[in-house]
Amino acid sequence: MSKILDAKIPSGPLADKWDRHEMECPLVAPANRRKFTVIVVGTGLAGGGAAATLGELGYNVLNFCVQDTPRRAHSVAAQGGINASKNYQNDGDSVERLFYDTVKGGDYRSREANVYRLAQLSMGIIDQCVAMGVPFAREYGGTLANRSFGGVQVSRTFYARGQTGQQLLLGVYSALSRQIAAGTVKMFPRHEMLDLVIVDGKARGIVCRDLVTGEMKRYAADAVVLATGGYSPVFYLSTNAVNCSATSIWRAYKRGALFANPCYTQIHPTAIPQLGDYQSKLTLMSESLRNDGRMWVPKAPGDKRRPADIPEAERDYFLERRYPAFGNLVPRDIAARASKVECDAGKGVGNTGFAVYLDFADAIKRLGRDVVADRYGNLFTMYEEIIADDPYHTPMMIYPAPHYTMGGLWVDYNLESTIPGLFVAGEANFSDHGANRLGASALMQGCADGYFVVPRVVAGYLARGGLGKVTTDHEAFGAVEDEVRKRYDALLAVKGSRTVRDFHWDLGRVMWDKVGMSRDRAGLEQAIVRIRELREAFWHDVKVPGEAADFNKQLEMAGRVADFLELGELMAMDALAREESCGGHFRAEHHTPEGEARRDDENFMHVAAWEHKGDGQAPERHVEPLAYENIEVKTRSYK
Amino acid sequence: MSEMTIHLKIWRQARGAAKGNFETYTVEKVLPEMSFLETLDLLNEKLTRQGQQPVEFDSDCREGICGTCGLVIKGTAHGPNPKTTTCEVRMRHFRDGETITVEPFRAGPFPILKDLVVDRTAFDRIQQQGGFVSANTGSAPDGNAVPIPKIDADKAMDAASCIGCGACVAACPNASASLFVSAKISQLSYLPQGGPERGRRALLMIGQMDREGFGDCSNHGECEAVCPKEISIENIARMRREYFKGALGGHDRKAASGD
Ligand SMILES: Cc1cc2nc3c(=O)[nH]c(=O)nc-3n(C[C@H](O)[C@H](O)[C@H](O)COP(=O)(O)OP(=O)(O)OC[C@H]3O[C@@H](n4cnc5c(N)ncnc54)[C@H](O)[C@@H]3O)c2cc1C
Ligand code: FES
Repeated sequence: MSKILDAKIPSGPLADKWDRHEMECPLVAPANRRKFTVIVVGTGLAGGGAAATLGELGYNVLNFCVQDTPRRAHSVAAQGGINASKNYQNDGDSVERLFYDTVKGGDYRSREANVYRLAQLSMGIIDQCVAMGVPFAREYGGTLANRSFGGVQVSRTFYARGQTGQQLLLGVYSALSRQIAAGTVKMFPRHEMLDLVIVDGKARGIVCRDLVTGEMKRYAADAVVLATGGYSPVFYLSTNAVNCSATSIWRAYKRGALFANPCYTQIHPTAIPQLGDYQSKLTLMSESLRNDGRMWVPKAPGDKRRPADIPEAERDYFLERRYPAFGNLVPRDIAARASKVECDAGKGVGNTGFAVYLDFADAIKRLGRDVVADRYGNLFTMYEEIIADDPYHTPMMIYPAPHYTMGGLWVDYNLESTIPGLFVAGEANFSDHGANRLGASALMQGCADGYFVVPRVVAGYLARGGLGKVTTDHEAFGAVEDEVRKRYDALLAVKGSRTVRDFHWDLGRVMWDKVGMSRDRAGLEQAIVRIRELREAFWHDVKVPGEAADFNKQLEMAGRVADFLELGELMAMDALAREESCGGHFRAEHHTPEGEARRDDENFMHVAAWEHKGDGQAPERHVEPLAYENIEVKTRSYK
Repeated sequence: MSEMTIHLKIWRQARGAAKGNFETYTVEKVLPEMSFLETLDLLNEKLTRQGQQPVEFDSDCREGICGTCGLVIKGTAHGPNPKTTTCEVRMRHFRDGETITVEPFRAGPFPILKDLVVDRTAFDRIQQQGGFVSANTGSAPDGNAVPIPKIDADKAMDAASCIGCGACVAACPNASASLFVSAKISQLSYLPQGGPERGRRALLMIGQMDREGFGDCSNHGECEAVCPKEISIENIARMRREYFKGALGGHDRKAASGD
C-alpha cells in the first residue's frame, strides 16, 4: 500500500518553526557527548561542516571520504558563489524574499518549512565563514561584495573570485583539521562506503572498502550521516568530478531508505560543449558569467559564418527576447531549454551545431577588459586552454550539461531518512530545491545542513535514547560485509570483453537522450528497456582487471557504474510517473503554447518517494503532499 | 583534426614494492584537444582490453581545482606548460610520435602507493597543527563587523588559492614544503581573524613540516615556477617573518609543537 509520508514539520508560524524546534530538541549534556559515536560519510560542505561541528560539540566523530584528503571533496569545484539574505546591498533583500525566490525557482515543488529555514540560516553561514578566514571578495570600503545569480532580482551572492566552493571547503577543512588535532574527529580518507548496516531497525554502521589496500572494514556508531553529494555522473558526461557517485545513497535505498524525486536533475546551461567521445567530463562555465555575457545564436538556421561576421541585426539574443524581465539571468532550467530549442531549430553554432554563443563584447566595451578579467579571468583562461580560442575576442561557445541532482534520499524536517538514525545532508538528500535549484543555493544548503541543522537534529536523536551498545562484531555487520565482498568478487569474476567505461558511456547516452532535458513517454519506456539490457550485459560481459585486495581504480568504478545502472532505471520510472512538466523535469507532452513547462498542481503537487522492494521487483511510489500556506502558488514567469 | 601516436614512458610500481621501473606504451589516435589524463584513460582502456594491468593515477575534478592529480610530465611537475595542473594539460602541446616520460610526484614524505599515486597526507598533518582559525560554529559576529581592506582580502585570496597538490615539493631539489605551508600562513596573516593565533600557527606548522621530513628552503624558486595557481615565493619570506615574530612572542618552537 502506497504511503503518505509525514515530514514532521513543527507546528506554528513559518518564521518561528526552526527556533521553536531547536528549543524543543532534547540536548545531550557536554560530558555525555563523547560517549556517542557519529559516522559522517562525506567531507564536502555538508559532511565536513557537520563532522567538524559535531566534533566541536564533543561527540566522537568518524568521517569518511573517497579522496586522498578531505580538502578535495567535490564542493571544491563550485565557482560562482553562495547566497545569503544579508541585504548588504540595500536592494530589498530579506529572508522572505530568498524564501520566495527559492520556492518559485523550484517551481513550487519544495517544502516550505525547509526552504524558510534555509533562508534564515543563510546569514549565519556568511558570518561563520568570515570568522574562519574565508577570503570573500570585498569592496574598497572593506565590506563584503555581492553579485547576482539567475532567477532573482537582487544581489545576494557572496563569492571568492571564481573559486567560492574551494574557499568555503577550505574553511570546512580547516575546522576539520582543528578537530582532528583535538582528537574528536577521526578521518578516513580513501575509504569508500559500500553499504549501510542496520541493527534493530536503526542505522548503526557502515562497511567500507579501503581504497589503498582493498580491505573491507566495518565501523559502528549511534547515528549515521550521509553527505555524499550528487549523482550527475549517471549521465557519464557531467560537470561533476569523476569520482562522484550514487553508491552510498543507492545502497541506503536498497536497505530501505526512500529515494525522492530521482528524476529531478539540473542541466546547467553554460558548460563547454562536448568535443568528442574520448571525453571524461564537461567543464562548467559559471552562471556568474551571465551577469555580463549575452547569449545568442544567428537568426538564420545553418548560418556558418564566423561570429564576428554576423551583423547585430542578424543575431537573436534569444533570452533577452523571450524573457525581457530577467534577460540572460533567467533560471537554469529555462536558459538550458531555450538553448536546446535554438539548436534543435538548426541555429546552433560550432562544428556539431550543439552550442550557442555567450558574448562578452558589450561588457568589455562598457566595463573595460580589466574589470571583466578581474571578474572572470580564471574562467576565460580555462576556456582558452580547452577550446584554444580567446573569449576576450571571440564569443564563448557553450551548451547545457548535467550538473546537479535535486533528487536524493527522502528526509523529513530533521533531515532523517525513513531509516531511523540515518540522516542525509547536502546534495545527497532531496531537500530544499524542488524541481530546480537556483544558482549559488547548493553551497548555501550544504553549509546550512552541515554547520547548523545536522548537529542539532542528530543531538536530538541521540538525546532521545534507546540506543543499545552495538559493536562491529554484531552479526548484522558480518552479513553486510559478506554481501559486499561477494558483489565485488562477482565484478572481478565476470572477465568479459567490455570495459567499465564502455558501459558507463552507453548508459550516459541513454540517459542524456531519453532522460535528459526533454522527456516523453515513448522515450522513457525505451530507456527503461535499454537500461535493463545494459545492466544484464554488464554483469555478463564487463571486464574488470586486477584484484580486490589492491589499489584498483577500475574496480572502484565498476561498483559505482553497477549502481548507476540501477539508479538510471529508477530515474526513468520517476520521470514517466510524473505526468507534468516542472522545473528541470520537462515532459514534451506537457507544455504551454509558448513552450514553457506546464505543471499539474492538482495531481502532482507532491514529492514522489520510491521504496525498494527487492531486486527484480517493481519499486513502490509513495507521496508527500506539498502544502503552500505562506506563498501563493503561481505559474512561474520570468517574462 | 589530426590524430597522433604518442609513446608514454611511465613509472610502474606495485603496491608495497620498494622499487619500480619505467615501461613504455604506445597510444594511437590521440587528438590534440584531448587532455593528458584522457590519453592515460585511453591507454588504460587498451591495457584492460589486452588483459594487462592499467596504470594507476589520481584525479577527480579534472578542471584544475581539487589538487588531486599530479604527475611529472617530461621532467616537470604538472607538465611543460606554466600555470596548469596535470588534468588541464592538452595534447596539442605535444608532437606526433613523441615519447613522453611520466612519473609520480617524488619526495621522501610522499611515499608511492602504486604506479603514479602518492600519499600526501603529510600535508594534512601540517594543516592540523594550526592551519585554521579557532572559531566554533555559531560564535561569529556579523560578516561586515570588521571591514577588511580590499587589498588585504585580495592578497589573502591569492595565497588561499593553493590547491595542495604538492607540485612545489616535487619540484624542489630539497623536497621542501615551504610554498605550501607559507600559503596558508600568509592567507591567515592578511586577515584580522587570523591574528590571535598567528605566532603559534607559524611555529606549529613549521615544526610539523620538519618532522614530516620535508627539506629546508634554499630559495631555488622551482616551486613558484611549477605552481599551477601562481602562489608567490614572497609568501615564504612572509612565513619566515611570522615565524620569528612567533618565536620572539615567547612561543618556544619545541614546546609549541608538543614534542
Ligand atoms: C563545477 C561545479 C560548480 C558549482 N558551482 C556552484 C556554485 O557556484 N554555487 C553553488 O551553490 N553550488 C555550486 N555547485 C553545486 C555544489 O558545489 C554542490 O552541490 C555542493 O558542493 C555539494 O556539497 P556536498 O557537501 O553535498 O557534497 P560534495 O562536496 O560532493 O561531497 C561529497 C563527499 O562525499 C564523499 N563520498 C561520496 N561517496 C562516498 C562513499 N561512497 N564513501 C565515502 N565517501 C563518499 C566524497 O568523498 C566527498 O567528501 C557546483 C557544482 C559543480 C559540479
Ligand atoms: S583532477 Fe582536480 S586538479 Fe586535476
